[in-house]
Amino acid sequence: MQVPAHVEYERATSVDHALGLLARYGPEARVLAGGHSLIPMMKLRLAQPETLVDINDLSELAGLGVTDGELRIGAMVRHAQLLDHAEAGELFAILHDAERVIADPIVRNWGTIGGSLCQADPSEDLSATFAALQATMIIRGLDGERSVAARDFHTGPYETVVRPGEILTEIRIALHPTIGPRTDPKTGPKTGGGPGSLRRGSAYQKVGRRVGDWPVGAAGAAVWLSDGTVAEVGIGLSAVGARHFSAAEAEDFLRGAPATAQAFEQAGQIAAEHCRPSSDQRGPADYKRHLARELTIRALDLALRRAQAAEPSGAERASGGPGGRPPGSNRTAR
Amino acid sequence: MMEISVTVNGTTYRREIEPRLLLIHFLRDDLRLTGSHWGCDTSNCGACVVWLDEIPVKSCTVLAAMADGHRVRTVEGLELKGAGEAGGGRLDPVQEGFAQCHGLQCGFCTPGMMMTARWLLDHDPDPSPEQIREAISGQICRCTGYENIVRAIQWASKHADGSDGSEAAQ
Repeated sequence: MQVPAHVEYERATSVDHALGLLARYGPEARVLAGGHSLIPMMKLRLAQPETLVDINDLSELAGLGVTDGELRIGAMVRHAQLLDHAEAGELFAILHDAERVIADPIVRNWGTIGGSLCQADPSEDLSATFAALQATMIIRGLDGERSVAARDFHTGPYETVVRPGEILTEIRIALHPTIGPRTDPKTGPKTGGGPGSLRRGSAYQKVGRRVGDWPVGAAGAAVWLSDGTVAEVGIGLSAVGARHFSAAEAEDFLRGAPATAQAFEQAGQIAAEHCRPSSDQRGPADYKRHLARELTIRALDLALRRAQAAEPSGAERASGGPGGRPPGSNRTAR
Repeated sequence: MMEISVTVNGTTYRREIEPRLLLIHFLRDDLRLTGSHWGCDTSNCGACVVWLDEIPVKSCTVLAAMADGHRVRTVEGLELKGAGEAGGGRLDPVQEGFAQCHGLQCGFCTPGMMMTARWLLDHDPDPSPEQIREAISGQICRCTGYENIVRAIQWASKHADGSDGSEAAQ
């Protein structure tokens, strides 16, 4: 019988109230969102917080929609809500690819986007997804709000930049990328083209031992095409020991390159060379490295096909209202 | 200790609990509603699925404290109250479908399967076999091979009006 250790419980009525509770109870207090990562850890006594601050009532963290050129996903959005949100999937198919293979439908009903990210499991699907999308995390504390790049969010296994007394409130994904090199100024884009002429495509590919399991290896890709050239690209990797859940060297190689099978194979090879998988019960390191290469290629390939089928992203639809729909309201569309 | 108030199947219960108490144990041990089953303890098997407000959740991975002020629906709440011939309850079409189609053998997974099935049919009255399999993919049955569970849910979808199906028994 697995039962958590003794713990105190407080239910927050607003983000400010939650921040006040976290300040009052100190560093041994933990935020309780869906609880589908934290409660299992507490049952195994791997987590033993003194106080839980329940944020399930905070509808201000449950927004989902496009605002000011960004897709904004509230930290309390449940996995099922993101999966059912048609506009999110149209804008970034990678989000639905990834959500479809996270756990199972019942777990997705209650587990949250913010909770999964803050759990910071090194095999988390969403960490690679948001790394590929070059998302921005919004973190709030009593002193105000700060934003952190998704790739700088994790400081190690099960560790993030969210400090005691802070709450992850939102994830933001820019609809139009910032064109240019990330790590090496010499490999900048070789062709121009404003954001309005770009075609966007994204995809997530995962290999797990069982349906709904953590990945043995997984890769996500987001590409922005300009006349057959990769104007901008993001590659996310999970479970294979990739720095910042991403493949920066492979991205640098692809920026400005023609979007061809040969270029994608080369990018997959570079991604595999730069990750550091470890052998464990899910598989040996060389197999995971193989997956990093193969799944990077497949994710890029699917993202490319989607980009080719897409309208140029200059024709963005204006807005999707806040809130999204309740879980499962559009299940036939899955 | 803390006091919580939870409305389960339409009845509001007030109880003193420890904040660490899991919802499945609150239902089974404090309220003696043992229809929901305590299975794997690891959010894998789905025997403990109940509705929290209108959403199926794995109650081994939810604290009873999180249900404070909310509604819970368990398998005991599936029965249609007072609709039967003798003034007693009448089975929900999902329950009737499991009986008609032999949708259970040992019965351990059944309460969770039926709660998910009811939710699925409320949102999609005519799901395909693939959609049914997807909906119950977070729940494990070690007896039936799932075939009869899928048939049972299909049966329920074709008898949504609560007819006993005697005219349509296949």
